[in-house]
Amino acid sequence: MTLISEIIVSALILIATFFMLVGSIGLVKLPDMMRRLHAPTKATTLGIGAMLIASMAYFLLIEGDTSLHELMITIFLFLTAPVTAFMIAKAHLLYDRQTQSEVTPTGTELGWATLDDCASMAGDPRIAAPPRTLPDG
Amino acid sequence: MIAIACYIAIVGISIAVFLSVYRLAVGPDVLDRVLALDTLVINAIALVVVVGILYATTMYFEIAMLFAMVGFLSTVAFCKYKLRGNVIE
Repeated sequence: MTLISEIIVSALILIATFFMLVGSIGLVKLPDMMRRLHAPTKATTLGIGAMLIASMAYFLLIEGDTSLHELMITIFLFLTAPVTAFMIAKAHLLYDRQTQSEVTPTGTELGWATLDDCASMAGDPRIAAPPRTLPDG
Repeated sequence: MIAIACYIAIVGISIAVFLSVYRLAVGPDVLDRVLALDTLVINAIALVVVVGILYATTMYFEIAMLFAMVGFLSTVAFCKYKLRGNVIE
């Protein structure tokens, strides 16, 4: 029983190491910013998930006490990784001319939210609230 | 067996940290460096968890949690600054 537990924990640790290495190698090797964004946000998140599951399995199976801190870290990282990827992609789209020329059209009258000019949408009825003005003084 | 796996993991994640630092040093754009910092923080969390398994102590998980929170906030603050010109409007 102990041997099976040790094999499970060791395999999870090695899987996690492999995926974190894959993420960082992809961060170095891939040629483009948008392609470089894939490696850390997918492979590294999978790696840290496997590592935290390994830690939970170790403390549950071998030490014999349940610890839920890792579950909290896992949930936090899995919630925040897409948000950081989205923010970095948005900032990159705002600054890079070549990416701006390569984006596909949205299919509606409004363009991409990062690139669209707000002044051209001033008469749009879908934008209900008038622009907020600062009070005098 | 777990100790050997932990040592292998420490070596592998250290290599990952060095690769992230390389991208942080040579990254052609600011956002490359922000992405490299984010990866560096996640690698640091993994190192802290591996050391926690190796020493069989649960004391390090608060450190990992704080690393995760500070890394996320700093990345979002950097991107917000690049997008809008300031952080809190």
